[in-house]
Amino acid sequence: MTRKLHLAVALDGTGWHPASWREPAARPRELFTAGYWLDLVRTAERAGIDFVTIEDSFSLQSSAFGAADDRSDQVRGRLDALLVASYLAPLTHRIGLVPTVTATHTEPFHVATALQTLDYASEGRAGWRVQVSSSPVDAALVGRRTVEPLDLEAYRRGEGQDAVRALFDEAGEVVEAVRRLWDSWEDDAIVRNVASGRFLDGDKVHYTDFEGRFFSIKGASIVPRSPQGQPPVTALAHTTIPYELAAAHADVVYVTPQSPEHLDAILAEVRDAEARLRPAGRPPLLVYADLVVLLDDTASGAEAELAALDERAGEPLSSDALVVAGTPAALAERLLDGQCHGLDGFRLRPARLPADLDAIADALVPALEAAGVRPASAASAGDGATLRDALGLVRPDNLFTTQAALSRGSEVPA
Amino acid sequence: MTTSSTRRLRQVHLAAHFPGVNNTTVWSDPRSESQVAFSSFRHFAQNAERGFFDYLFLAEGLRVREHKGRIYEADVAGRPNTLAILAAVAAVTHDIGLVGTLSATFNEPYELARQLATADHLSGGRIGWNIVTTSDAFHGANFRRGAYLDRDDRYRRAAEFLEVATGFWQSWAPDAVLADKEAGAFLSPDGIRRVEHHGPQFDVAGRFTVPRSPQVRPLIVQAGDSADGRDFAAEHADVIFSLHSEFADAQAFYADVKGRLPALGRDEDSLKVLPAIGFALGSTRAEAEENAREIALAQTSGATAIAFLERIWGRDLTEYDPDGPLPEIDPDPAGAGITQGRANNAADPKATAEAWRARAEAERLSIRELVIALTARHALVGTPGQVAEEITRFVQERASDGFVIVGHTNPYGLDEFVDTVVPELQERGVYRDSYGAGDSLRHTLGVREYA
Repeated sequence: MTRKLHLAVALDGTGWHPASWREPAARPRELFTAGYWLDLVRTAERAGIDFVTIEDSFSLQSSAFGAADDRSDQVRGRLDALLVASYLAPLTHRIGLVPTVTATHTEPFHVATALQTLDYASEGRAGWRVQVSSSPVDAALVGRRTVEPLDLEAYRRGEGQDAVRALFDEAGEVVEAVRRLWDSWEDDAIVRNVASGRFLDGDKVHYTDFEGRFFSIKGASIVPRSPQGQPPVTALAHTTIPYELAAAHADVVYVTPQSPEHLDAILAEVRDAEARLRPAGRPPLLVYADLVVLLDDTASGAEAELAALDERAGEPLSSDALVVAGTPAALAERLLDGQCHGLDGFRLRPARLPADLDAIADALVPALEAAGVRPASAASAGDGATLRDALGLVRPDNLFTTQAALSRGSEVPA
Repeated sequence: MTTSSTRRLRQVHLAAHFPGVNNTTVWSDPRSESQVAFSSFRHFAQNAERGFFDYLFLAEGLRVREHKGRIYEADVAGRPNTLAILAAVAAVTHDIGLVGTLSATFNEPYELARQLATADHLSGGRIGWNIVTTSDAFHGANFRRGAYLDRDDRYRRAAEFLEVATGFWQSWAPDAVLADKEAGAFLSPDGIRRVEHHGPQFDVAGRFTVPRSPQVRPLIVQAGDSADGRDFAAEHADVIFSLHSEFADAQAFYADVKGRLPALGRDEDSLKVLPAIGFALGSTRAEAEENAREIALAQTSGATAIAFLERIWGRDLTEYDPDGPLPEIDPDPAGAGITQGRANNAADPKATAEAWRARAEAERLSIRELVIALTARHALVGTPGQVAEEITRFVQERASDGFVIVGHTNPYGLDEFVDTVVPELQERGVYRDSYGAGDSLRHTLGVREYA
């Protein structure tokens, strides 16, 4: 195998096309049941997909950015993604589970302990898609602060950057606090020494003492260090400020190139942010491109399917990510091109569930295996491999272990 | 046993307490396994389900305990996040209820209501919430908002929290999701009611994202024992997690809280009273009592006994021999709060110390023996038949509606109870021998159900 092409699937409702729920194979009535999510994730696991992300938000889906709509002709409503992932954990064995969890309205302590618990329940397959909320609708539901509506057009012109910068700086502090909590127990803190009556070596449980601009947290976590130590942190990013958040704090960034030239520009900007902001010793930021995919046996068939969906929706699909309707073989070529362009992988957003996930599993993945950029599904990471393993990330040293070793003047453990 | 009575016997309800992080849990037992590995939760939950328990109960930790200014080392420490582990356990069980402690102080109603509703969907209606509040700075230090809640506002916050959460839980009409592909209608037009709440504790507005869950309102459990706590339970709770396990005391408590219900328009069975209780079994009563003594010894190591005294003395006592007499020095009045993260500080340490010294002298007890005597709670001790008989007596004579069974080892501590006591209860006609297919936790417990 040449360099492995990373492959993730983004799960949301009945798929990423707003009319997908009306497809014959769609199961919109079952969206709020455990079995629906289990079937999807098992399909992805069977295909050897590295991980699934599960979308989430505090407020109802809306066709308007940062505001509620009153539409009843599209899917509305979602279960809490982290708990869906937790439910799926004991019922799956190889696939990474990466729920979306907002950093804006949540308590870092709860976020940290819940993700650690997901890591225990999945035996090392947890990850986090960190999300920043600029929505006044989310803020009103939580009720602890008010948020001014974000004018997306003005922001794209370079206006109103300070408010966005503050939200992302705060999210950066949340990720930092969570990472410290994850390391607050050394791996060998639990000693169970019957002779001395000590269950725990208190010297190996550390206060995080996180003090930032936005909040402070004493620590330690209540959860001992989890199987991966540091579950991978991932973030979707479209502009400079989110690229900087990813470069400073994440392991994987999802970007949304619209063309090869656009991809070059994005990669240059991401690498620049990385050079400026990435902490020493962290492995390089993995860059995945997001694509909305609709697959069919023929290119014309895929285009016709997309046109039919658009007609049902009453408008063409609009997405932050490039929409690709075509054959699995053509998509495979596109992914290989992207890899040659410097991408580490892709996060595919199926336009229709389960149809396009089935096509990814049955046709796209075999094509990538044949191209030698994916391990043969049957032989791919067996039970017991962690998500970090799948992403080529080693289990990191514990921040506090390293500090303690330095202060003792002894060698840093390998 | 004769079954001459035509009256249906009152039925026993049981909860299985996942071993916690105090010295009740004997981690030194060779059969003891990890308190965080999922395999432990899987075994514990599946065993309790095999025994047809109403629910599994899991306490919550929000900060590692401290003693004498450092992390406390003698007890089990570290536990999972309550919501995440209950969702995972839901995947490997089918019928048993899943109840966890969650703070109304360090959560906000929208997020917690959403998480509980999600867990209720995922589990098919088996979720419960033991609602607690916390006002101390020790736990507050782990949260962005810190220790903001005034002690006197605790029940006000809990009640308002429940009110807002219930508003969200009921905000989707039962038939809100149409998913009519032909007509292109996913939601019914007025399917989701917008929630507006402007109160002293909460100021929230908007629409919930989770459809009405199987139970609508997860089972509400409450453990407060004060007059305010009892009022709160009578008004809002479905189960009281009680510490009254001595028969006469339990009867008095039971009569007190059930007596509060009629004025609130509730019938007595709509609130279940379940005291926490440990157990020790044997093939004869004498053998069971010997086992109970051994368990108590294992629960009270020398280090545990000294730390127990230090909580009252407010000073370091590690120089004292746990198998020797009590310290002659008096408690340090400045040492209150030597232990953080526990709810058991004495009001008058000096008087407490004197009383303990007197008892130890009179009964010729060492430090360790005294601590065992002091911490002994009423437990179910006997042959399986005797234990089943005692449980039955409590329930028939209105001292409780059952028990929260607390084992002392993780995760196998309740296996023997399920193997031996459960069949005895079933034989007496006071305990189920199956779950009802698809029953919600509320239905299993026989408390109020919501549509």
